[in-house]
Amino acid sequence: MDDLYRELIIERYKNPQYRGRLDPHDISFEDENPLCGDHIRIELRVDQDDRVTDALFDGHGCAISQASADLLLESIQGKTLEDVKALTKDDILEMLGLELGPVRLKCALLSLKVLKAGVYGLGEANDDLVE
Amino acid sequence: MVIEQKPANLLDVSQIRADFPILQRQVKPGVQLVYLDSTATSQKPQQVIQAMDDYYRSSNANIHRGIHVLAEEATALYEAARERVSRFIGAPSARQIIFTRNTTESINLVAYSWGRANLEEGDVVILTEMEHHSNLVPWQILARERNIRLEFVSVNPDGLLDLDSYKDLLKREPRLVAFTHMSNVLGTINPAEEIIRMAHDVGAVTLVDGAQSVPHFPVDVKQLGADFLAFSAHKMCGPTGIGVLYGRKDLLESMPPFLGGGDMIKRVHLRSFTNNELPYKFEAGTPAIAEAVGMGAAVDYLSSVGLGSIAEHEKEIVSYALERLEEIPGVWVFGPEAQYKGGVVSFTLAGVHPHDISQILDMDGIAIRAGHHCAMPLHEKYNLPATARASFYLYNTQEEVDKLVNSIYKVKTLFG
Repeated sequence: MDDLYRELIIERYKNPQYRGRLDPHDISFEDENPLCGDHIRIELRVDQDDRVTDALFDGHGCAISQASADLLLESIQGKTLEDVKALTKDDILEMLGLELGPVRLKCALLSLKVLKAGVYGLGEANDDLVE
Repeated sequence: MVIEQKPANLLDVSQIRADFPILQRQVKPGVQLVYLDSTATSQKPQQVIQAMDDYYRSSNANIHRGIHVLAEEATALYEAARERVSRFIGAPSARQIIFTRNTTESINLVAYSWGRANLEEGDVVILTEMEHHSNLVPWQILARERNIRLEFVSVNPDGLLDLDSYKDLLKREPRLVAFTHMSNVLGTINPAEEIIRMAHDVGAVTLVDGAQSVPHFPVDVKQLGADFLAFSAHKMCGPTGIGVLYGRKDLLESMPPFLGGGDMIKRVHLRSFTNNELPYKFEAGTPAIAEAVGMGAAVDYLSSVGLGSIAEHEKEIVSYALERLEEIPGVWVFGPEAQYKGGVVSFTLAGVHPHDISQILDMDGIAIRAGHHCAMPLHEKYNLPATARASFYLYNTQEEVDKLVNSIYKVKTLFG
């Protein structure tokens, strides 16, 4: 099996740790990747110090998009919103331990794009958020 | 505008000519091609032909969707071409580079999308009398549909834009000023920065037709300040079938889609869709992928030669051509002095129709253009049915100008 489907990615895809909905929540955002039809919704709760206390995602799509969402949300538990804003494409690739071509990169970065659009309170997500 | 006299390296024209396979061609036995029609379309260097050939031989696939090696490579090549073009014109982001079919489609995109979303009855759009049809007809179509008012900056007898008439027109609070950076007939290089600054002072959006400027001298959108810039690959050593619309990001983001279909959507339902992001929002359907690759190779090629050097070279050739043509009795050259123009010379010869000039020149292997060059209103203004046009690029030489002049003397002899 190719590196693209490392055990970690299959494991997180099959058994995500941070899948679900938060009701109520403080921040939510959703978007999709038109290329594969991946869809991610992220909901966050934050405390008075703007720290993430809970973060869950919902959606569907390829293993890379869903595993990257799961790993991303794990990494931001307890982090401040400023920390979240500072996350980049390289952080995601490091978490996944992958090098990706331009097509699959969109899958891997969808969750970060959704997360940052939510944290920045944007009306629409765009690729500038993840470059 | 006067092209800055930067110290530029002299071009090694014989080396450049060796890059263009077609220039080695004899148009008939013993008659070498003299190609003086680059304003219509430029010739293509081996580097561009090779890049497109390599693409089809080893990476061809549809882009953005497929998940296999070829699709990844094709996508990477297509997007790398966009990055190259973006750097070539100094765009802040490659997402502001929309691939279209050509300059004409780029201008139509602005007219249909921005124009329909922003222009209402009575709104004023300023154009100039020296526009190519591609920057007239899209606005005429919109004028019919929306009843917008088209106003034209006049061209003075020297072939330059009359900036006083422009100042007067600006008092009518135009919504848009759309003009050519360099005339494809007169060769006039317009003072684009000044025209744009004045338009912005009255709150107008600006569109620059860069079909003749981007291939021939350095154009930087940040320095220019243009809101839109349109140009074509085929006039800059690249293939036909691909062009570019550069746009200011906030304008492009606020504009509705132009063509609908695949790739420009995020999601489609039976009765609705959501737009994709820039630049894909404006790139419906499978694009010209090999052509994008070719355009990327073309900007690499032009950059390696140096746009400043190319401009300098063309300035020398056009000065020489003007000098030689003006010495021929009966030749009348249309357009400004060399200091105000790029490598284009349009002329008439007393008593001989331009089509006949072109036909006779062709016997000597010389390719020029005859007609109205898609600028009928400009010809009407000067009361000329047609002109003959010789145009120059990085691969042309003074010897070719001499051949042109010798052949024009032949035409004179033939017509007595």
